[in-house]
This record gives sequence, C-alpha cells and structure tokens, in this order.
Amino acid sequence: MAARKFVDKIKPTFSKGGKLGFLESTFDAFETFLFVPNTTTVRGAHIRDCNDMKRTMSMVIIALLPALFFGFYNVGYQHSLSIGVEQGFWADFWFGFLKVLPIIVVSYVVGLGIEFAVAQMRGHEVNEGFLVTGLLIPMVMPVDVPLWMVALGTAFAVIFGKEVFGGTGMNVFNPALMARAFVFFAYTPQMSGASVWIAGLGKGEGVVDGFSGATCLDYLAKDGTLGNFSPCDAFLGFIPGSIGETSTLAILIGAAILLFVGVASWRTMVSVFVGGLAMGYFFELLGVTAYPAWWHLVIGGFAFGAVFMATDPVTSSQTNAGKYIVGFMTGAIAIMIRVINPAYPEGMMLSILFMNALTPLIDYFVVERNIKRRQNRVKLAK
Amino acid sequence: MFSAKNMKYLTGPFSANNPVIVQILGICSALAVTVQLKPAIVMGLSVMVVTAFSNLVMSLLRNGIPSRIRIIVQLVVIAALVIVVDQILKAFVYEVSKQLSVYVGLIITNCIVMGRVEAFALGNKPWPAFLDGIGNGLGYGMILVIVAFFRELFGSGSLFGFRIIPESWYLAEGGFYSNCGLMLFPPMALIIVGCIIWIHRSINKDLQEK
Repeated sequence: MAARKFVDKIKPTFSKGGKLGFLESTFDAFETFLFVPNTTTVRGAHIRDCNDMKRTMSMVIIALLPALFFGFYNVGYQHSLSIGVEQGFWADFWFGFLKVLPIIVVSYVVGLGIEFAVAQMRGHEVNEGFLVTGLLIPMVMPVDVPLWMVALGTAFAVIFGKEVFGGTGMNVFNPALMARAFVFFAYTPQMSGASVWIAGLGKGEGVVDGFSGATCLDYLAKDGTLGNFSPCDAFLGFIPGSIGETSTLAILIGAAILLFVGVASWRTMVSVFVGGLAMGYFFELLGVTAYPAWWHLVIGGFAFGAVFMATDPVTSSQTNAGKYIVGFMTGAIAIMIRVINPAYPEGMMLSILFMNALTPLIDYFVVERNIKRRQNRVKLAK
Repeated sequence: MFSAKNMKYLTGPFSANNPVIVQILGICSALAVTVQLKPAIVMGLSVMVVTAFSNLVMSLLRNGIPSRIRIIVQLVVIAALVIVVDQILKAFVYEVSKQLSVYVGLIITNCIVMGRVEAFALGNKPWPAFLDGIGNGLGYGMILVIVAFFRELFGSGSLFGFRIIPESWYLAEGGFYSNCGLMLFPPMALIIVGCIIWIHRSINKDLQEK
C-alpha cells in the first residue's frame, strides 16, 4: 500500500489551491487509473451497476486483442510472402509487432495528449473514451502509413470529431473512423492502391518479381474475383489489408466477447450483416455481380466495421428499432458503395459515417412513433 | 467626412461585425474560391467594389423607390455592377477570371451585398453607406485571404503560386511530406472558417452566445 500512501501524500499538491493545482484533472486521471475511486452517488435515482466506463472500455480492448494479435502476425506473414522468405510464426509475429507498435504509440500519445490538455482547460475529469479509439485507429490504418499522418489524423479526430462536440459521449461521428476518413481524403495515395497494405512493398526492396499487394477488394472491384486468395483465406485473415481488419475469425471472437459481457448490441451487429448480405444478393440477382454475395462479408473491413465501429454505444442508435434500421442500412450502403462506386473499393467507412449522421433522425422518429402508439392505446382504453 | 462615427462604419466589419464570421454571410463563395490566394484576393476586391457601389447607388435612390418594388431595383443595380466587374476581370486578368468561373457572376446572389443594401443603404446617407460597403467588402476579403493562405500553403505547398515547401521534402522525391488533399476540398475550408470563428470568439467574449 506504499503506492496508496504516496498518492495520498502528494494529493494536496495537485488539489485546488495546491502548488500544482492546475494539474488536477491529470492527477485525477492517474489516480483513478491506479486505484478504484471511492466516490459514491449520494442522491437522485441512479442505476446500480458494477460497470463503469473504465470497465466497459477495458472489455472492448480485450475484445479487440484477438484481431490485433492476428494483425501483428499477418503483417509479418504478408511481408514474408512479398519477399519470398519463409520466416516462421514467431519471427512473423515479432516483425509485425515492431511495425505496428509505433503506430499504436503515436495514436495514444497524440490522442491522450489532446484529451488531457482539453480536460485540464475545461476542468473536467479525463475520460476513458480514448482508450478504445486509440487502439481502433492503428487497426484501421495500412501498415505502411507514415506516422505523422497517423498523428495528424488522430489530432483531427479528437479535436474536430470529439472535443468540439463536448468530449466523450457527445460525438456525432465515430472518432476512429474520423481519423481514418481524414487520412484517407487528405493523403489518398498513402491510404489506397495496391502497394500500401504490406510492409515494405512501397519501397520495393527485395520484393518477389510479379508480386502484387492488391487487396481482395481491389480484385473484386476489377474483375469480380478474390485474386489468388480463397474465401477461406479471407475468413481466416491471410490477406493484405488494414492492420486489424483482415481476419473475420478473430473479429468474430471479439464479437463473442463483446456480446457475452453485454457491451455491444447484437441487434446492430446482426442487422449490419443481414443488410450487407441482402444488398449483396440483390446485386447478384440483378446480375451486376457474378460472385457469391457472402464474399463481401469476409473481405475488407466489413466485419471489423460491423462488430467494432457500427456498435459504438455513443454514435449508434439508442432505440432497439433504430438499431435494426441503422444496422441494416449501414451494411446495405457499404455493399452499394463497393459494387457501384468505382472510386471506392471499400465502402464500410463511408457508410458507417453516413449512418452516424442519420442516427439521431432515425431515433427521433422511432421515439415519436412509440409515443403515438401509446397514445392510441390510451384512447382505445377510454 | 472621416469623423469617428463614419470611420466606425468602415472598420466595424473588420472584426466585431464581420460579415463572414459574425453575420455568417457569404460562406458559400468563401468555400468555393479559396483554394489559392490569388483568386481569393481578386474575389474579395470584386465583392468590395460591388458592395460599395451598390450601397452608394441604392442610398442615393433610397427616397425615390417605392418600398414594394425595392428588391427588384436592388437586383438591377447589383446585377449591372456585377456584369461590369466581370467584364473588367475578363479584360485585365483573364486567367484569374477563368479560375473564378461562375463565382464572379454569383456575386449577385452573395448575401452580403443584398444584406448591406437592405440593412444599411436604404436607411443611411450615401457617404456612410459607401464606407459601410467598403468595410464589409474588406471584412469579407480578409477572411477569404486567411482561409486561402492555409488552403494553398497546406494543400499545394505554395503561396501565390510560388513554391514554399521544398520539392525535396515530398514522398515522391524520397522525403517524408505530402500535401493535404483534404485542403483542396470545400469541407476543409468550412472547418478553417469554423476555427477562425472559434479563435475570434474566444478573443471577443461579448460575441459568445449564452
């Protein structure tokens, strides 16, 4: 308990009136990070639940780990493939770890730095919301993205995606996707094409002749095949793509964790998949696409978006009926962009952001309809 | 002629009563013509000339126009001035005029011009109205120049077409830098205008809404 004693000893220095009183929020953030706060709500109705925000966010982090670890391995594996060398599991994993770690560090340092500064300026407590965002951002980036672009995208997402709306819990758009959207539109050559998804491919050193780093989505948009990959590869994740998005299996494990602890809504998740599948079959029936519709679900960022982005408790719908509608449309629009718009082989990011904007409206109509239905019931009873 | 009261008409729109960042008028063209500095400056000057002279003309005519048809008269005056400006631009700075394309013609729909005529010129003497027009045009042009400065510097790496960020910094040349493509899109201009409003209101606390 030496740490507890130490924290208690230096606490007055950081409290109001103390010498370093202006750092109160920062101190509070680290104290609650180390110890469970013993503050209790004293009055008013409140929900009794052991789940506070810190615990919720930790659960999401745990759910992200399978996809992240697979991402480490896949980064190394794809790199080995591109240079034509068999390296073994741990060597691949270690290579990927070293490639991805700087991106994670940059995202956390920049994002948390801004969060702390803003909380300090406003005199708020520092919120845990960025813990998840900070890990999501690296997972939706290509591995070869320059670090300063990650930093800029993170800063943009935290300032203009979150803090201008009032901080954690007030944002309209998913901050991690804001970061990706910013980097995607600002530095398109570094975020799309065939050479950014595999480490070292852009520089071209030691790459096997004729090796292509194109993703399944590129192939699908070009000639309606998955290239050299089988749907099974895509499901397991041995395909090029953003760091965390490739393995549908690892993402499904994460989804199981999220659903088991009750953090994410199964309604949103399921309806995104249903929406994507429905739109896929629609195009198949029309004859626009010749490949099986379910391919869409295992390639690109579809599963990742459905499980970790569309279910974001802040930007997703608050009503149950709304969750079905928003989920379905998210999936459907993503596939629509993939199939119809030649400029964007992937549509998940745009469709989630687009539905984020529409969510409050959908929620509004769901609530209004509910009120009307109940009023009718009262009228009938009279 | 240049009394303190008159000078206030001229300088007010620079900051406390700025047409773009306080009255939130003319946003549309501020997003459209600010990719580069040169067209932004030309656009600012054109709007200033149109606002100033439409204010002057309408203020001279203000007692002779029946209130019911005043809008159509204003439109005729503004449209005539816009055509004059357009022709002058085409004659002397043809390249810039081509870059500005329809936006010169669209000055006629710029809310600042009609807003100042309606709100100020119809109730004031010609000289203050003229000064008010100049002030508002300059206030508008000022914001355009600030926005265009950031957009051209970070979007194209140049100012007035001169390269500021060295060629060797770019990724294609083996460097690390890359132009921010988002700066060339109007959404980023809107965010820059938002930032200017943010900074402006944190300095002028009396402008903050409760």
